[in-house]
Amino acid sequence: MPQHPIPPRLTLRGITKQYPGCLANDDIHLNIAAAEIHALLGENGAGKSTLMKVIYGLVKPDRGEILWDGLPLDVKDPAHARKLGIGMVFQHFSLFDTLTVTENIALALGDDAGDIPALASRIRSVSEKYGMAINPDRQVHTLSVGERQRVEIVRCLVQDIKLLILDEPTSVLTPQEVDTLFVTLRQLASEGCSILFISHKLNEVKALCHRATVLRGGRVSGACIPAEEDTLSMARLMVGENTPVSTTYPKVLGTTPTLTVSNLNLHSHDAFGVHLKQLNLQVNAGEIVGIAGVAGNGQEELLAALSGETRASAGHIQFADTDIGPLTPDRRRALGLAFVPEERLGRGAVPEMSLTENALLTGFLTGLVKRGMVAWKKTEAFADQIIADYKVKTAGRHAQADSLSGGNLQKFIIGREIMQKPRLLIAAHPTWGVDIGAATAIHKALIELRDQGAAILVVSEDIDELFLISDRIGAICDGRLSPLKPTPESSIAELGRQMAGDFSDAATISPRPTTSRAGSLH
Amino acid sequence: MDIDLITNILYAMVRTGTPLLIVALGELICEKSGVLNLGQEGMMLMGAVVGFIVTLSTGSLTLGFLAAILAGILMSLIFGVITMELSANQVATGLALTIFGTGLSAFIGTNYVGKPITGLEPIDIPVLTDLPIIGRMLFGQDLLVYLSLALFGGVYWFINHSRPGLILKAVGENPHSANAIGLPVFKVRYLAILFGGAMAGLAGSYLSLAYTPLWMENMSAGRGWIALALVVFASWKAERVLLGAWLFGLASILHLVFQGMGFSVSPNLLATLPYLATIAVLVILSSNQNSRLVAPISLGKPFYAKT
Repeated sequence: MPQHPIPPRLTLRGITKQYPGCLANDDIHLNIAAAEIHALLGENGAGKSTLMKVIYGLVKPDRGEILWDGLPLDVKDPAHARKLGIGMVFQHFSLFDTLTVTENIALALGDDAGDIPALASRIRSVSEKYGMAINPDRQVHTLSVGERQRVEIVRCLVQDIKLLILDEPTSVLTPQEVDTLFVTLRQLASEGCSILFISHKLNEVKALCHRATVLRGGRVSGACIPAEEDTLSMARLMVGENTPVSTTYPKVLGTTPTLTVSNLNLHSHDAFGVHLKQLNLQVNAGEIVGIAGVAGNGQEELLAALSGETRASAGHIQFADTDIGPLTPDRRRALGLAFVPEERLGRGAVPEMSLTENALLTGFLTGLVKRGMVAWKKTEAFADQIIADYKVKTAGRHAQADSLSGGNLQKFIIGREIMQKPRLLIAAHPTWGVDIGAATAIHKALIELRDQGAAILVVSEDIDELFLISDRIGAICDGRLSPLKPTPESSIAELGRQMAGDFSDAATISPRPTTSRAGSLH
Repeated sequence: MDIDLITNILYAMVRTGTPLLIVALGELICEKSGVLNLGQEGMMLMGAVVGFIVTLSTGSLTLGFLAAILAGILMSLIFGVITMELSANQVATGLALTIFGTGLSAFIGTNYVGKPITGLEPIDIPVLTDLPIIGRMLFGQDLLVYLSLALFGGVYWFINHSRPGLILKAVGENPHSANAIGLPVFKVRYLAILFGGAMAGLAGSYLSLAYTPLWMENMSAGRGWIALALVVFASWKAERVLLGAWLFGLASILHLVFQGMGFSVSPNLLATLPYLATIAVLVILSSNQNSRLVAPISLGKPFYAKT
């Protein structure tokens, strides 16, 4: 008898999805075998999210076919996908804050949930089996981001799972948490579960995945075995031939102190806020200081205190010779402080205003307003210059801010701040959700500003980025800031410990060289 | 105060609080799903007038109550279609519904003002009803009072112990997550809106068929609004809604008692007492709470499913 080959667990054939003005998926083919960890690589807007929503039944493809264990399948909705054994861990978690872990999981399980106490013990045993300790009775809003992700994963594991889809799962984790997650995923795969791992972090894909499919502009631009590739060749598949992706920047030492934060204590009035505790920080002229940290550890509060959105009592925040703690944001800007907030739309720019008007919003101090009147000609010239100098892709200065892609709007905002020649630039997550080409451009602009003698503070969750551009580096955890170290003397492992709140100087552990990472993609 | 007075105060407290309890329970379910319907007052008035007209013309109280429920459901269906299908602003739509219901009920009730009917009678259980102090309060009410208590028990159990109740809370907290894990957001919200309408209609007909068996323009006298405030200050908890409704009943009775005792305070000022007392007590109860954890997080926000 002829032996039939075992069909792949999941096959996608010619998946095509058209959105108004954008072909999100164009004739995509993909195979995932049982027990395989398969990476789906691509930049923002490459079509990764759309594709996984098609698999999970959230989006109907216009054309194409899905085969499940070799048989044609029409995934009606997420409930149907779950019945088949397809689980998904979302990038922006789909949890309910005011419900307990068990209640959250019960909701997703539908009628199979059983009664709550029985489910709670099932959750306990599954989470122990896979090394993801979790208390089923806790309310979700009391959990850290890493723990929330565990809830999402355990929610998939309490069912009979055959395919687990993870969307950018490591973006919210410390390096140590990433290692733990990988152990779990490998164990899961060894038991026969297929895993679709969506990411743009090439180091992680190399470390974890058996095969990779790369998307670019909605099409499959290549497939590879990550272990046999170097990160640069995979990056090429992601961004194409014409975008510069690899750079290192020389590390420098700053000169005179520009920003000095001393013993800053700040009580947050937000119920879910973090209180800043005994925070000390110095940023010198001509250097970039990078602060890492898992989201929600006081970054927002620190940034608000520095930008002036919340004000501190006198004597704690010094800008050159001025005590700026009690000053409002515009007074601080007048002194030469510039700020790039995390939210581009809403705080960095007004979504429904044109680029010219948005240029005016922070540029008004540089002679664009005379005797209370706006000098529109000058403002338009200013906007045009930002667009030209920072290669912002847009229909023109009259375009609304929200018509730009995230990367282009970010280039515009950063350009707007840098062109005002600030003495201190504070940038929050400057390349969050930005593609590699734009990220490189933004990094170059920051380095250039540094070399002109400005002090720069970067707060980011992207460790690779911080190692790439920072001259000194540290981490914030629960409102406390670790001591800052020259970047070459720190290591991923040490920064990871600091992100988890361990600020001890681990001199006994020899620091891992960071140059190899700096040479990689980010 | 003599025993008879206390007995009567307790009896009237529950009776007066009942329409408020019914409409507030409906609004509680509605808001738990994330929908804020400010049309309670209009829906109550429609329930009151429709229930009255049907009972007057058929002679059947049962038909009157059922018709009132139906009227409330139809009113809330208007709200549902406008806010869910057309994604209109919930606050504006609810306000319009109240104005619409107030006007329409006055219009169709013009010829029925002052006409007499026999309202729903209290039950009378020998011995038990005649017990001092608690006898009439517990054993001498009309059937709808007992129904309202059953509704309270049902809503309490539904929200805190049932799986559909869990789904309701999830939809109200985060409809996008709910949609992502496959919960039927639209269906849940529609059902919650319709339940709110049914309860408002029933509460309205309690006024016109049991509490004061007649039809009068604007006879709900702001109870729909008080119910809305009640739900908020009760921190979206069913047991506190019950407490607030009865408090309102007690204060309503006390102001009559005070007038009867000849207090030299303006009766108009005394008439504000139930509103003030209810809100004051519930504000104190709900202070010092983390409001972000109490209110349904998506309350009042429309949901658009992305495909």
